Amino acid sequence: MIKQLSVFLENEPGRLVKVTRILEDAGIDIRALTVAETADFGILRIIVDDPDKAHGILKENNVAVASDSVLGVEVDDKPGGLRVIAEILAEGEVNIEYVYAFATRSRGKAFIVLRVDDRERAVEVLNSSNIRLVEQNEVSGV
Amino acid sequence: MYWNRKAETLKPGELRRLQGKRLKKVTKYVYRNSGFYKKKFRDLGLKPGDIRGVEDLGRLPFTRKSDLRDNYPYGLFCTGLESIVRVHASSGTTGKPTVVGYTGNDIELWTEVMARSIMATGSTRKDVLHVAYGYGLFTGGLGLHYGGERVGCTVIPASGGNTARHLLLMQDLGSTVLACTPSYAVYLAEYAEKEGIDPREDLRLRVGVFGAEPWSEPMRKRIEDALDLKAYDIYGLSEIVGPGVAQECEEQCGAHIWSDHFLPEIVDPETGEQLGEGEEGELVFTTLTKDGIPLLRYRTGDRTILEYDKCSCGRYHPRMIKVRGRVDDMLIIRGVNVFPSQIEHVLLRIPEVGSHYLLVVEREGPLDVLTVKVEVTEDVISDRVRDLMKLEENIKSSISQALGIKVDVELVEPFTLERSKGKAVRLKDLRE
Repeated sequence: MIKQLSVFLENEPGRLVKVTRILEDAGIDIRALTVAETADFGILRIIVDDPDKAHGILKENNVAVASDSVLGVEVDDKPGGLRVIAEILAEGEVNIEYVYAFATRSRGKAFIVLRVDDRERAVEVLNSSNIRLVEQNEVSGV
Repeated sequence: MYWNRKAETLKPGELRRLQGKRLKKVTKYVYRNSGFYKKKFRDLGLKPGDIRGVEDLGRLPFTRKSDLRDNYPYGLFCTGLESIVRVHASSGTTGKPTVVGYTGNDIELWTEVMARSIMATGSTRKDVLHVAYGYGLFTGGLGLHYGGERVGCTVIPASGGNTARHLLLMQDLGSTVLACTPSYAVYLAEYAEKEGIDPREDLRLRVGVFGAEPWSEPMRKRIEDALDLKAYDIYGLSEIVGPGVAQECEEQCGAHIWSDHFLPEIVDPETGEQLGEGEEGELVFTTLTKDGIPLLRYRTGDRTILEYDKCSCGRYHPRMIKVRGRVDDMLIIRGVNVFPSQIEHVLLRIPEVGSHYLLVVEREGPLDVLTVKVEVTEDVISDRVRDLMKLEENIKSSISQALGIKVDVELVEPFTLERSKGKAVRLKDLRE
């Protein structure tokens, strides 16, 4: 499991600046991020090297933030890497709610972050296909 | 608990006789001492002798805030300044402030009704009263202060501002009663939580005396839960005397108007006709015992309903159920009358909604658009956008069900709406 922080942002200039500056000042490194947005607000989802520290520091600065865990899997950083995972999950009848990915600095691997409707089932089918799940400590040390 | 058992428990008949006697007296008094009222009487063809009791109240002329403004500063005073020992002022809605003056007797009367008000909440000389209303021209601070001293409370004249200092004082001095605006009570509770101060462990508050702005029943519950105290509504306005015109007792079922001093009526805000018991309309007061600036039938602009049945506390003094907004802050949104307090009522029933919101009214073409900005709380943040959109939908449909109007809802980040230390700004009307 990987810890993901979700940050509420109003859809206005400067909001991302505020959040990223807080993280920067605390020496937090962002590994990956994605934004889901509506007309007037967005949810910034981020994976960082030290999620607990980041959560604390954001809260202290009155940022609306929540922490939860998402699935992380390792794939080969080459064409078709994500397709393999999507197929396994589809065959297992697991629905993907959102997905994003990031490359690692070494080993020719990429990490994929997944939010699915049935996590237990997802872990089961991924394991039986010999897909390696990624833990937070590996993300922290990317 | 009573301060003045005899006056507070007068039976309806006794009360009416006393009011009638005092009404006749004050009518003669203003006719003799106020050029303003003398002229009004003449214009109406009315003589002081025509007023024989409470039943003739409706024959007297109204007084409005604009009359005070037009006769600024001392024009409505019935005594010379040699008899006036204190002046207070409230911010006028436009231009000059509204100035009121007190003789020694008036201060005495005010202190009396404030002492009644404080004791009606079950507070006694054993209590430590933390006054966080502003001291100064605003009547809140000094009103609570004098009443508290009269009861024998240990009064902490903390005045407004500096929230950290309020919390420090309340912790160190063991304050048991807090007096401030309800919106400041919410702010204090939030601040305490942020600072890691637990009201249950670190504070000894048991009673809150909150007023100077309308607040709703759900707001009361929130404050009571957050600060671990019982919250009571205090009502007043400087034109009548200041805080202590009416006060909720321990039954918490509406503020008792101290009607042996302030005679209330409910009138239709449009026509000025007196309305019957249980009807909602504009609250109007006639001061029965003031010397400095007695007012006949003063239009408060506050909408409420009066209840005259005996309260379980033993008092017959009529209770005003919570102020339902101002006659003049009523919004008309696409033809529907809307009171901001109604929207607050709906919002605070939704558990995910924080205590801070702002209503913004704008005109888009011919249409009025009401946007409700609501601060999200940490508990509702989710990685899924749809959870938050569901919350927006929930707020929208709750408001439209309760009020019959469509509103826009905008979720905003915590601590981004303006915090007030006095009266909260809950409404921005951007229409021309």
